[in-house]
Amino acid sequence: MLSIKNLQARIEEKEILKGINLEIKAGEVHAIMGPNGSGKSTLASVLAGRSDYEVTGGSVEFNGKDLLELSPEDRAREGVFLAFQYPIEIPGVSTTNFIKTAVNEVRKYRGEEPMDAVQFLKKMKEKMKLVEIDQSLLSRSLNEGFSGGEKKRNEIFQMAMLEPKFAILDETDSGLDIDALRIVAEGVNKLKSKDNATLVITHYQRLLDYIVPDYVHVLYKGRIVKSGGKELALELEEKGYDFIKEELGEEVEA
Amino acid sequence: MSELKELIQDKLNKESFSGNGSLKALSQKGLELFNEQGIPTVNHEEWKYTRISAVLNKDFSYAVDATAVTAKDVDAFRLPGHEAANELVFVNGIYHAELSNIRSSADELVILPLSEAVKGEYKAIVDANLGHSANYHTDGINALNNTFAYQGLFIAVKKNKSVEHPLYCYYINDARTVNVLSQPRTLIYVAASAEVQLVEEEVTIGTSDSFINKVSEIVVEENAQVSIYKIQNEDSHSSCVKTTHVRQLGVSKVNSVTITLNGGVIRNNLNFILEAPGCESNMYGLYCVKGNTHVDNHTIVDNQQPHSLSNELYKGIIDENATGVFNGKIFVRQDAQKTNAYQSNKNVLLSDTATVNTKPQLEIFADDVKCSHGCTIGRLDDEALFYLQARGIGEKAAKALLLHAFAVEILDKIELEPIRQYVDQIISERLDFEI
Repeated sequence: MLSIKNLQARIEEKEILKGINLEIKAGEVHAIMGPNGSGKSTLASVLAGRSDYEVTGGSVEFNGKDLLELSPEDRAREGVFLAFQYPIEIPGVSTTNFIKTAVNEVRKYRGEEPMDAVQFLKKMKEKMKLVEIDQSLLSRSLNEGFSGGEKKRNEIFQMAMLEPKFAILDETDSGLDIDALRIVAEGVNKLKSKDNATLVITHYQRLLDYIVPDYVHVLYKGRIVKSGGKELALELEEKGYDFIKEELGEEVEA
Repeated sequence: MSELKELIQDKLNKESFSGNGSLKALSQKGLELFNEQGIPTVNHEEWKYTRISAVLNKDFSYAVDATAVTAKDVDAFRLPGHEAANELVFVNGIYHAELSNIRSSADELVILPLSEAVKGEYKAIVDANLGHSANYHTDGINALNNTFAYQGLFIAVKKNKSVEHPLYCYYINDARTVNVLSQPRTLIYVAASAEVQLVEEEVTIGTSDSFINKVSEIVVEENAQVSIYKIQNEDSHSSCVKTTHVRQLGVSKVNSVTITLNGGVIRNNLNFILEAPGCESNMYGLYCVKGNTHVDNHTIVDNQQPHSLSNELYKGIIDENATGVFNGKIFVRQDAQKTNAYQSNKNVLLSDTATVNTKPQLEIFADDVKCSHGCTIGRLDDEALFYLQARGIGEKAAKALLLHAFAVEILDKIELEPIRQYVDQIISERLDFEI
């Protein structure tokens, strides 16, 4: 589904991704872990098409298409979804209208008729249960005054409504208490199918107790330095990131 | 400019004005000041960014015959909800009773020429209030309107009356044959515990140049509530100076929403004089302009007594070669302790040739007050734009969504639903916004 080859990217003059290689197939859950500043969120942003980052080398193929050639909206329409680490508050835009616009723009791209109000409401109700999100929240302005947990639940709700093929969860666990974390993770698990794939980006192992990955990759200084199964996450949790540095033969920083 | 002075003098001579009392005094004083000051140029501090003299520097006719305007002409621009409104039609500056539709009864709404009001039971009110705005505007343009105040209209909302039918005021210049300069003048008295909603729109018929120099003075007594909605959506050959001067004489609440969508050179003076403790004044504005439209909002809040609250929020979306000017003065006098005064001006520029000049001006003489001001000039928030795009919404639609959201904050302050919908529709079309 997704094939990343030797991906390099920078922001302004700073090289952040220094050659990422990653293959993700339908039905798989991958986790990327790594210390702060290793390039995790940059990878998420580059895949979603944020223009602050300049891709300086490599390629990303998504279902046979050159992803890097597509605008952010076309990536979304092709089925890429980024759950934001910091969802944006947009006063004056109702959450429901926003999601309806998004759903219908994606349908239009795929040559489908727009959803009518009845169909849309039915789907909303169904998906609202999934992330235990309340109707009153959705009639408010997009993320405005939402708590951290409500914002993250809203991200997963949008994911449920848009039904992406490939979802990137960028530090979705940050700022969540254990109950919110469980709800969000259960939502993600219910959306999982043999036809879609998920990339979970996280600093901590905690989220991976709930969303169990098939593969874990460690990102360090802009490169994937180690890959393994879910047990790698536990090892990282136990030993900390220093053991990676030791393995790489670097001096442990104080 | 001397041509304009001759024109004014000529008109006054022809009308051989012999008004009485305060009207005559105001007119004479106005003429003197106008002759001395003339039309303000950009050298005048209050007119630094707005070249009104350039617009007025051509041949204007004054006092064009009003009879050419028919009810059918008015039909072309009646605002939504007019069926349930009092419609007050002014033609070339003068109130036109035949074209107007007054639906409220005389025991709640009184409409009289100022020349009559100054003689009867309202004499004391007229004497005490007419011309009060001249204390705050000492320039020639206000003086010019004072010169013709004797042609103005007096409106009173009676005590304890909540006027069900809003007052829709149309200021029509009939510019089908000549360039028209008009000077509408109103004094609106809202008695204690009364409530009224005002909607104002300027209209030019014809394609010659139109200039409206309007002064409206509004007096608000204790426990009264007033809403003032202005809609400005004219062609580029229509310019105006509109001065709205509100005196809050008792604990009262006044809301003002000024929407500017198009026009030539537009100057709005909006003054709130809070002369009693505990007043609330809300001033909102939205200018969504393009082409060469120039819109200038000058506002004054004068807090004279303690415990008043004023909220001021003006927002601008400026495209192409359009210009926005904002100047917000807040005075907090020595006695006005515990004043809360908030001011904000936010602008989004959509082109490299769009211009904004914004200036807060706070003068605070009391020591226990909360005042804040802020202004922003920028482009659309890239983060918000990316967020929408990342959900599959195209760049153009995403921009429209964000701009509409920016405008909605002001539109939602319009509590007359047909008017709010009407303005929202124009804004949405302008921004290519659809939902």
